[in-house]
Amino acid sequence: MRRKQTTIRWIVIAVIMAFFLIPLLSMLYFSLRFPLSGKWTGQAWSNVIHIGSIAAADPADYGQLWTGLKNSAVLVVLTVVIMVVLLVPTMTWVRLRVKWLSRTVEFICLLPLTIPAIVLVVGLGPVYRIVSNVLSTNTIWLCFVYVVLVLPFAYRALDAGLAAIDLTTLSEAARSLGARWFRIMWQIVLPNIRSAVVSACFISVALVLGEFTIAQLLARDNLQTGIFLVSQSDGQLAVTMSLAALILAFVLLMVLSLFSGDGRRTKGASA
Amino acid sequence: MSTARMDTAGVGTVAGVAPVHGVLVELNDLRRSFGTVRALDGMDLTINPGELVVLLGPSGCGKTTALRVLAGLEDADSGRITVDGRDISSVPTSKRDMGMVFQAYSLFPHMTALQNVEFGLTLRGKGSAERRRIAGNYLELVGLSEQAGRYARQLSGGQQQRVALARALAIEPKVLLLDEPLSALDAKVRVQLRDEIRRIQLELGITTLFVTHDQEEALAVADRVGVMWEGRIQQIASPAELYTAPVNKFVAEFVGLSNPLPGTASEGAATVLGQRVPLLPGSPPSGSVTVLVRPEAVTLVPGPDSAAGSDVRPGSVTGTIVGTSFLGSTGRAQVRLADGTLIIAQIASADVAVLRVGETVDVRLEQVPALAVASMASRGSL
Repeated sequence: MRRKQTTIRWIVIAVIMAFFLIPLLSMLYFSLRFPLSGKWTGQAWSNVIHIGSIAAADPADYGQLWTGLKNSAVLVVLTVVIMVVLLVPTMTWVRLRVKWLSRTVEFICLLPLTIPAIVLVVGLGPVYRIVSNVLSTNTIWLCFVYVVLVLPFAYRALDAGLAAIDLTTLSEAARSLGARWFRIMWQIVLPNIRSAVVSACFISVALVLGEFTIAQLLARDNLQTGIFLVSQSDGQLAVTMSLAALILAFVLLMVLSLFSGDGRRTKGASA
Repeated sequence: MSTARMDTAGVGTVAGVAPVHGVLVELNDLRRSFGTVRALDGMDLTINPGELVVLLGPSGCGKTTALRVLAGLEDADSGRITVDGRDISSVPTSKRDMGMVFQAYSLFPHMTALQNVEFGLTLRGKGSAERRRIAGNYLELVGLSEQAGRYARQLSGGQQQRVALARALAIEPKVLLLDEPLSALDAKVRVQLRDEIRRIQLELGITTLFVTHDQEEALAVADRVGVMWEGRIQQIASPAELYTAPVNKFVAEFVGLSNPLPGTASEGAATVLGQRVPLLPGSPPSGSVTVLVRPEAVTLVPGPDSAAGSDVRPGSVTGTIVGTSFLGSTGRAQVRLADGTLIIAQIASADVAVLRVGETVDVRLEQVPALAVASMASRGSL
């Protein structure tokens, strides 16, 4: 009976792994094998690494991909920073001082989940016309809508983190010792919800790197719109760049997980 | 109470932890409501320099609210708080200079015990070496020097509360506030830690307010105990006075056990169960009363139909043993009188095995002053 269960378990794992790995391996295969000659080459990966100089040499074909890549990098940073600065203090404050507002905040944060991006763009069009006039037409201002898009996922991650600690007692203890709110946030709350913040950040990074619809419909250049354009002239590079973005996100997850872990698990409990 | 005070043998003062200058704390006419519930209803309290006052009362009586208002964690609707003569009613928590130990474990999970104790010192601008020295001294004071490098989850509940105490004391606060710090601990650790808290408090001479709903804990550690009910202190007195001379029925029944027995008062005494019992001041001078008799003031003598029974006093009543409990150093017996009244008597632990359920006993009341309340009014007011 147990042997049968083990077999089923391995079959399930194998199917799931195949579901995830076959497309990725196909992408890798396509990125390494020249489509016409069938010759194995790492040229596409070399091009990804040197995309800056390739774009400089051939701006017509690769300029937008390079621009999109840079824009997405900036968007990732801006979105994560705004999300953390906006959500962590707000959610902490709601939990500590205005609990009656928590349902409302949750509803607002989860709302973007129910609105398709294509519908969102209809409303965002007029808003971004104003943004273009007040700020500029630069793609980096997409960070505002990206913060809205990541709200549901980031809220869930942070909410779980805050629920796992006795926020009220910790903050009151810190206050009684003389700490003010900024220090409480920085030295007490954030370190204790680090894993949750990292999770929220990763979700944000993944979402921003993969976002296409809004950027395309608002005529902005990000990584995905750049890949889309390049795919029409250089399919191998487009696929390689997509795979590289996925690997980057994966590596980022690993690095962030490493940072979110701490040395506190090294000593055994003695209580 | 005296046990805790004397239980300092073998514990020396830790070098570098100097006694503090105790301050006078005054709460005047504090009021605080939560919706329609009055948590504090004109509460007055004075804590003398270096004194440990315990606020004792049932859940919802307002004791924790009073402590939180003093700490600044809760705003009072009205009233005045002065510490060392200075009005701190509108001073924020972070500037009140009070150390606090919470009911829930409050150590910062991402910091070691040493870092927890250092936290408040960092906020006071102490240098790294000085912080380490002071924090080390206070950890030594609570007997946890060897656990300095451990995180909260690597410490037992009792150890966590000791670190929390060290953390609260390390900032050398004017006032120490203890919000049911022992309630999450098991019985043995509770007793050990409460004695330790008292020992440290006496050693440092710090003015302390301790909140608990555990009367044994309160009587054991306090200089004075304030019994709270409905947002006000009903009586504040030394543990002995509180126990022997309660001012009202609530205090008498909340602190220790009492047998409410019907009687008739006259000339400073009451006739209860056919016997004269002296009454405490504050008791009604005459008329029908309910006399609150402590179990230790009830003596049981084997009754007339018992084999051992021969010493039956005229005027006393007989009853039947309906249950006995062995409590270690003492015992308790429940006696049902002929009219159905149930009386609890404190007996020697050796007698628990001697008295048998169903046995008839002679119930006698000692000549210990007891509180009486008017029979009808008491039902309405308390």
